Amino acid sequence: MEIIFLIFILVLSVFLGFELISKVPATLHTPLMSGANAISGITLAGAFLASGMVDNEMGKYLGTAAVAFATVNVVGGYLVTDRMLGMFKSKKAGGKK
Amino acid sequence: MNIELLANLSYIVSAALFIFGLKMLGSPATARRGNLFSSMGMLIAVVAGLTAEGIVSYEYIAGGMVLGAIVGALAARLVGMTSMPEMVALFNGSGGAASLLVGWATLYGGGIDTFTAVTILLAILIGGLTFTGSLIAYAKLAEVMNSAAIVFKGQRIVNSLLLVGIVYASYQFCLDPGPESQWLYITLGLALLLGIMAVIPIGGADMPVVISLLNSYSGIAACAAGFAINNNILIVAGSLVGASGIILTNIMCKAMNRSLANVLFSGFGAVKQSKAIEGEVKPISVEDAYYLFEAASNVCFVPGYGMAVAQAQHVVKELGEILEANGCEVSYAIHPVAGRMPGHMNVLLAEADVPYEQLVEMDDINPRIENVDIAVVIGANDVVNPSAREDEDSPIYGMPIINVDQARTVFVLKRSMASGFSGVDNPLFFGENTRMLFGDAKESIQGVISEFG
Repeated sequence: MEIIFLIFILVLSVFLGFELISKVPATLHTPLMSGANAISGITLAGAFLASGMVDNEMGKYLGTAAVAFATVNVVGGYLVTDRMLGMFKSKKAGGKK
Repeated sequence: MNIELLANLSYIVSAALFIFGLKMLGSPATARRGNLFSSMGMLIAVVAGLTAEGIVSYEYIAGGMVLGAIVGALAARLVGMTSMPEMVALFNGSGGAASLLVGWATLYGGGIDTFTAVTILLAILIGGLTFTGSLIAYAKLAEVMNSAAIVFKGQRIVNSLLLVGIVYASYQFCLDPGPESQWLYITLGLALLLGIMAVIPIGGADMPVVISLLNSYSGIAACAAGFAINNNILIVAGSLVGASGIILTNIMCKAMNRSLANVLFSGFGAVKQSKAIEGEVKPISVEDAYYLFEAASNVCFVPGYGMAVAQAQHVVKELGEILEANGCEVSYAIHPVAGRMPGHMNVLLAEADVPYEQLVEMDDINPRIENVDIAVVIGANDVVNPSAREDEDSPIYGMPIINVDQARTVFVLKRSMASGFSGVDNPLFFGENTRMLFGDAKESIQGVISEFG
């Protein structure tokens, strides 16, 4: 039954994803991608479990590498997206002269 | 209340924050706050993940996080806006690698049923091909390797064999899953190879499609890893990313009027021009260009990858401001596949402080292009090539373009008469109302600016 629940979640979030993303204007497609990159760093939450296991050396190393890669995504992704979005300025807001 | 329930409740909160964050990306005015929301969601998910049962040692986790955070922060700080496509390619790759490793490490947990084995395998497969595919995409974008399509005889046969091999090895693995299975390593190796083989036949101008697709894969891999470890938030976040990548891929393909299969399997390489284009190229001097700019009341810039290469966005913006001060209406028309990734030109112009209201999409500018006095084409070629509209034999026929040839005057800033990436001649250059401004785009525009000065 658990599998069915997981698939249920999957299907609903795919639909939700399509709805949300198709509303993002072309101007923001690059930040959207880097933002999505950051979100895909969610693997981090899963990587903890693997690298926290002490009973197996190999599993621990693999998990730690996973933690490192996923953290690159999370930290790098959010920072670079923020940096980019900070550049988008409205005329009314003034920006720099 | 037990810890697991608490963790799951936090996952719900973070999923909601991701969704809000993506929703706020719908407008440049709220996008930055949206990103902040999304990152708070991530923080909550990470903290909740850390409380999971079964984690006994935190040293390795801390080590991995510190290392990753340093690399990520440095990369995000130091990357130039021109190199954003390379950066995103690398991030896609690192997302793929993380999912691959999580899947692999889960095998050591033991107690694997067939369903888990299949999902672990999917995480390894998709993660692996995302990883190497992204590295190749990076190498092509950064020009570490030749960005042209690499096509060889029997390529399809090799790739088909590779696929068959993966299916067979996966099947064998699932029969007897475990970390010691030799089929695991065979599958992994083949997946890594497939990533390389899948991206080498794709040329530089098709990179927007590839990056979007790899972006989607990195999400799908995270999703598969989520199934492998029974984690809701991985599934939700992974599928959001997967959906986002697929939508972008679709937009890019539509903008080139090509199917995804066509982009992935046929290099844009050797096309033959059916008709020789006749006509005369009319060069213009910087000084004459200045007189026309001075008199113009509606100017539209059409940037392409060449603007990124020449780093001309700042001078373009400067010229735009001077023209505005001169009472001229200025806009920037951006084709969906201009540049090397979706939205690449928008980011460059935003970096140069162009207000986003002036950035217009192809469909907005085309109906009113006849009112444009001067369309300035900077480093774009195929996306303004009228043969896409007129010449049925052209390889890019049917691709939607920005109809700059219908503007009153077109300035094309170009180094020389070389043809665009697709190797197709561009009749625009020979047009009645086209004037060629030869030379480095940045220097040419600087020249015009100093005439104004």
